Amino acid sequence: MTSWLDNLLFGYYPYICLAVFFIGSLLRFDRDQYTWKSDSSQLLRRGQLRLGSNLFHIGVLFLFFGHFFGMLTPHAVYEHFIGAGAKQLVAMVTGGIAGLLGFLGLTLLLHRRLTEPRIRATSKTSDIVIALLLWVQLLLGLATIPLSAQHLDGSMMLRLAEWAQRIVTFRAGAPELLAEAGWVFKTHMFLGMTIFLVFPFTRLVHVWSGFASVFYVFRPYQVVRARRLNLPAGHNQPRQPGAGI
Amino acid sequence: MSHFLDRLTHFSAPKESFSGEHGIATGEDRSWEDAYRDRWAHDKIVRSTHGVNCTGSCSWKIYVKGGIVTWETQQTDYPRTRWDMPNHEPRGCARGASYSWYLYSANRVKYPMVRGRLLKTWREARLKHGPVEAWASIVEDDAKRRDYQQVRGLGGFVRSSWDEVNELVAAANVYTIKKHGPDRIIGFSPIPAMSMVSYAAGSRYLSLIGGVCMSFYDWYCDLPPSSPQIWGEQTDVPESADWYNSTYIIAWGSNVPQTRTPDAHFFTEVRYKGAKTVAVTPDYAEISKLADLWLHPKQGTDAALAMAMGHVILNEFYFKRRSEYFDDYARRYTDLPMLVQLKEHTLPDGRTVLVPDRYVRASDFNGKLGQANNPEWKTVAYDEGGRVVLPNGAIGFRWGPDGRADAGQWNLEAKEARHGGDVKLKLSALEGDNSPVEYVQVAFPYFGGTEHEHFQNSPQAGGDVLLRTVPVQRIALGKAGDKRDTLVATVFDLQVANYGVGRGLPNDTGATGYDDDTPYTPAWQERITGVPRDQVITVARQFADNADKTRGKSMVIIGAAMNHWYHCDMNYRGIINMLMMCGCIGQSGGGWAHYVGQEKLRPQTGWTALAFALDWIRPPRQQNSTSFFYAHTDQWRYEKLGVEEVLSPLADPAQWQGSMIDYNVRAERMGWLPSAPQLKTNPLQVVRDASAAGVDPKDYAVGALKNGTLELSCEDPDAPQNWPRNMFVWRSNILGSSGKGHEYFLKHLLGTSNGVQGKDLGVDDAKPAEVRWHEHAPEGKLDLLVTLDFRMSTTCMYSDIVLPTATWYEKNDLNTSDMHPFIHPLSTAVDPAWQSRSDWDIYKGFAKKFSEVCVGHLGVERELVLTPLMHDSPAELAQPFGVADWKRGECDLIPGKTAPQMTVVERDYPNVYKRFTAVGPLMSKVGNGGKGIAWNTQDEVRQLGELNGLVTEEGVTKGMPRIDSDIDACEVVMMLAPETNGQVAVKAWKALGKQTGREHEHLAIYREDEKIRFRDIQAQPRKIISSPTWSGLESEKVSYNAGYTNVHELIPWRTLTGRQQFYQDHPWMRAFGEGFVSYRPPVDLKTTGEIAGIKPNGNPEIQLNFITPHQKWGIHSTYSDNLHMLTLNRGGPVIWLSEDDAKRAGIVDNDWVELFNVNGAITARAVVSQRVNPGMVLMYHAQEKIINTPGSEITGARGGIHNSVTRIVLKPTHMIGGYAQLSYGFNYYGTIGTNRDEFVVVRKMKRVDWLDGEAATDTAHA
Repeated sequence: MTSWLDNLLFGYYPYICLAVFFIGSLLRFDRDQYTWKSDSSQLLRRGQLRLGSNLFHIGVLFLFFGHFFGMLTPHAVYEHFIGAGAKQLVAMVTGGIAGLLGFLGLTLLLHRRLTEPRIRATSKTSDIVIALLLWVQLLLGLATIPLSAQHLDGSMMLRLAEWAQRIVTFRAGAPELLAEAGWVFKTHMFLGMTIFLVFPFTRLVHVWSGFASVFYVFRPYQVVRARRLNLPAGHNQPRQPGAGI
Repeated sequence: MSHFLDRLTHFSAPKESFSGEHGIATGEDRSWEDAYRDRWAHDKIVRSTHGVNCTGSCSWKIYVKGGIVTWETQQTDYPRTRWDMPNHEPRGCARGASYSWYLYSANRVKYPMVRGRLLKTWREARLKHGPVEAWASIVEDDAKRRDYQQVRGLGGFVRSSWDEVNELVAAANVYTIKKHGPDRIIGFSPIPAMSMVSYAAGSRYLSLIGGVCMSFYDWYCDLPPSSPQIWGEQTDVPESADWYNSTYIIAWGSNVPQTRTPDAHFFTEVRYKGAKTVAVTPDYAEISKLADLWLHPKQGTDAALAMAMGHVILNEFYFKRRSEYFDDYARRYTDLPMLVQLKEHTLPDGRTVLVPDRYVRASDFNGKLGQANNPEWKTVAYDEGGRVVLPNGAIGFRWGPDGRADAGQWNLEAKEARHGGDVKLKLSALEGDNSPVEYVQVAFPYFGGTEHEHFQNSPQAGGDVLLRTVPVQRIALGKAGDKRDTLVATVFDLQVANYGVGRGLPNDTGATGYDDDTPYTPAWQERITGVPRDQVITVARQFADNADKTRGKSMVIIGAAMNHWYHCDMNYRGIINMLMMCGCIGQSGGGWAHYVGQEKLRPQTGWTALAFALDWIRPPRQQNSTSFFYAHTDQWRYEKLGVEEVLSPLADPAQWQGSMIDYNVRAERMGWLPSAPQLKTNPLQVVRDASAAGVDPKDYAVGALKNGTLELSCEDPDAPQNWPRNMFVWRSNILGSSGKGHEYFLKHLLGTSNGVQGKDLGVDDAKPAEVRWHEHAPEGKLDLLVTLDFRMSTTCMYSDIVLPTATWYEKNDLNTSDMHPFIHPLSTAVDPAWQSRSDWDIYKGFAKKFSEVCVGHLGVERELVLTPLMHDSPAELAQPFGVADWKRGECDLIPGKTAPQMTVVERDYPNVYKRFTAVGPLMSKVGNGGKGIAWNTQDEVRQLGELNGLVTEEGVTKGMPRIDSDIDACEVVMMLAPETNGQVAVKAWKALGKQTGREHEHLAIYREDEKIRFRDIQAQPRKIISSPTWSGLESEKVSYNAGYTNVHELIPWRTLTGRQQFYQDHPWMRAFGEGFVSYRPPVDLKTTGEIAGIKPNGNPEIQLNFITPHQKWGIHSTYSDNLHMLTLNRGGPVIWLSEDDAKRAGIVDNDWVELFNVNGAITARAVVSQRVNPGMVLMYHAQEKIINTPGSEITGARGGIHNSVTRIVLKPTHMIGGYAQLSYGFNYYGTIGTNRDEFVVVRKMKRVDWLDGEAATDTAHA
């Protein structure tokens, strides 16, 4: 019997988060292009940035893809190659290392953001909140490793993956899968969803562009935006200067 | 469309590849580019400029977008210069470019604001009384009056409305006129040239009601009195483009790139043409690195350097070899050939010597050389044949009745006045061999030996008197039967002796070589200035050699740095002498380029009519501010500089008793200087009393002054009857900038908290003789201080009423400068924001309310106006010989001769508004004019009526030309002025031709049909038309250069001799040792002795000379509170000191330090820099104390402005009047507010207290 709260947090909340995440990102991309940026503070201070940012991004990108494929790949796809237990172990070790790197990096970045007066003064509330959220999230993620170590059979992992797959495929019975998950897992998941929720309202939107930059690899050497292409006629002409906003 | 959807069409979007798939052209959306285009898009561009206090006069493009001023950029459409010269543009600097910040800043004054306590009392009083009675009930109750006075400067403003403040101001004015007299209402606004109609708004209102306009140029100490002394000209200078015509420029105490930023390019460009440039500045200023050579004399000793250069020039170009050009120039254009009589003088040691006395005049001769008209004012010389001749041009030829025998002889033709024959004047008695010459010892005062704690002196064997050998001749003077033999010398011979140039005469005491340590050789100056003698010799030689070869193309650009010393006249005359000796004055590319605060108001004669309401009432009341503030901020009560300290050793101290203010009082009494307030009795009452007695008011006043029933206000400035009561400040920040003796202003004039540390004269000190001493000095003389500004300045903080004015981008006005020959406008780019109004509209509002409120109190009134013996009027010939004071029984009181001129004028108070807004009848009836010439102006008045329309409302002004709007007012100025109306220019030149007997119209005839209107200058700056108001020409052939028409059109300088004067023969000039130029060290103001070490904070205290140059991040105080400029500097007040001094005082860069003396204290951050010489501390003047200024450890109050440590000191020679060029003119002559001789104690602060807790006193709210 799942509790009312579990139902809400792991049955409905994910959809709220995903809806806000997608629709919010889309609206912001469409309506507010000038805010679509990573808001780098590199101009204000270089110190701690190179190390902190690289560590964080390496760690967190690995974790993102690890979670993405780990959670959403159906068990049937990989069970011929690797057992659940082994997969869990691989996840724990690589995720642990990546989590540690990300955590170290983010700690540096957070310290830099809070102690450098110029960066502090130019930070928006959302900049600090998102950094703190991620920091706690990484900490929680790391905290799941010793818990996972208590049951190396991969069963909990499978349940969690199953939950995620049910959510994204709109199948019922997802929250029930988490009945036995510990509070650390649940908090980690809740926070993870919350990050999706706040995503469109923060600098995290640059993640979209970051992924889109992969296409850079495939583009021709020179890209020209020609006025004569595209329709309807005149639609794409720049306005006359002073024509109003 | 949607950015996102566009992405989804990625595969179907049109694209073309090129270069074999290496490139691709897409049709992706480009509307994002509009954001960048819109950033620089705007709805319109309007031409305007920056309206006060900056000489730049740069035309700017003001960009407006959505009704908001967004930014400004430099205009680049000035009319071209000649083919061989660079153009003027771009003009402008970082300060001007930051102006638009003010419009929407938090510092903008947005609503009429009134001091809360005053408004509360006023509203209560208004419930019971009418406006005038309400004001009476406040100011006649001392408790109510002091209640708001003592919190001035402590905040507590509340918002009011225009209706309410207009009524309050009008009531205060009406009450003051009725009770005390109109001359108790004063107004201060500086430098009209930059926004002349805004200035005129206030001065027109004041002049109509009988109030007083205060001078500014002398008060700022930007007026060099040496200019009127030498040339009879306030100041006239070349435009900056003329630098390009020079081939040798000395920038002497002028930091061109920093303070003349828009003009500096000419200085740089002329170097590419091969000109040599020399900088003379004590510190390593920006100009120092721009010049080929940097001389750095000790600050305040420039005169010694100039004297040594003059010594070299005289020696090498007049004696070793005679420059043909210099020789000819000296004879024609200077007083060097003029004869001076010598008189015997007994030295304290008993020896009898000769000293230079006055110029010999025609009246000295038997038969007065046949001169019936003004023979006392005609000077004489020798011709080549050794005969005494009467050359044309002396001031006696200038004035007299029409049709006189000597009419048309006021010119500089080399002619004998009696028979019109050609004449070549003799420079020296030694020229020719036809007259017996004697060699005598003539005494000159020597001040270089004076001891000073901080300045190196050079004592000489002769003590403070130098005896020099001078060739003289004996001539017979006096009427038949009363003959006297008199020794005479030429000014040239005296001058050579004064400079100590040895000529190999018998017993010659002059220098035998440059290495002699005798005044004024290059070796002698070395000890005083620290400049190596070779450099002095080299520069002087090159300077003169260049002038000799180019016929005068050597130039000196000179700045405030040297003019702000007590003995600035010596600095300036030393340099001007060099220029005159080298024939540089009046030659294109040469001359004296003094660019300090003068800011030429080019259409001056058109403007004075509007500004001083000369179309309605003449004369207006004008007052010299220095003497006024000296008296009325009670700085005279603290005077420590004794007259004997500045007196010549050749004067008899017994005859020169008293203190500085005594001399000022005498000057006012004798009609030399103006006074305001004028009489202890209300001038309305004087006329009423006279009428009651059935006597002509002038006769009545003369009698009453003589028997003592009528007193001059200056004799008792502390009596409540003589206090100034209402003060208007507009276009000015007097309390945050120019108010020398700032803390005395606060204490005595305003009556609020202040930082004055010293005590006034004690029981044992000698008190002034002419002025009544009150045991307790008054505090809070002013009943009402009204300030109009667009920003909340320091002055606003201390005012009772603060009114929001339109900014320089929100009003229409005119703007001219001495730096370029164009006239261009200020225009309304946007309407005045919030509740602000243009100055014109604000004063119009006062006038309207005044006309309503005065009914029942004031009607058509007559009053007595006292004016001094004015320069450029026949009154300048009032006192040819000696000085006589009627009060001391030395002569009779004759108005206009031995005393001020007296005029009874009629004021129609209920019609002030109607008069304000119409061109009055006097322009048609009496005409217009200026600088001693007059012309008929009926045509122009008629044309103004056609242009502006005629008044249609019933009343006294019906049918007269309208002046409703600020543009109407601009048109009045431009229609009446010769500079902007070709027909008037031709008339003016004709009028001058009547005096000179020469034809001058050719200078303007080719522009006769031109009329420059307001819309013309909005389209493009216009070059003004040449007029006799100025001494240079605006033509396609030469750049504007001062004295050009004197030299090339033979128009005399407006001096006693009609020539440029090396010698000053007035008795006071001689008594104070300034007959000839010399070096005089800074005076000791004794302001640090009493306070050093008295209030220790544990840190070392050092004493430094307090130097206040013009700044880089502001134009005076403007921009010093502008965020952009604050960001470029250190964000608040700073001082600069040398590394050595900083080390001595334990100060490191950016420390908080305090500067203090008996006058008050300043808190600022220290900039420790190699730029500064040891011994001086620089504080860029006028940094607002409302920005980032902590509390002082000395005063306990907030640190002050730079003027918190200064106090005014007067100089008697600046008070002289009624004597040709030494006669008063508004901003032309008079006492000046010097401040560079000041010393301060510098100390690192121990505790920085921001005083930002709650105020102890509870500020009342209305």
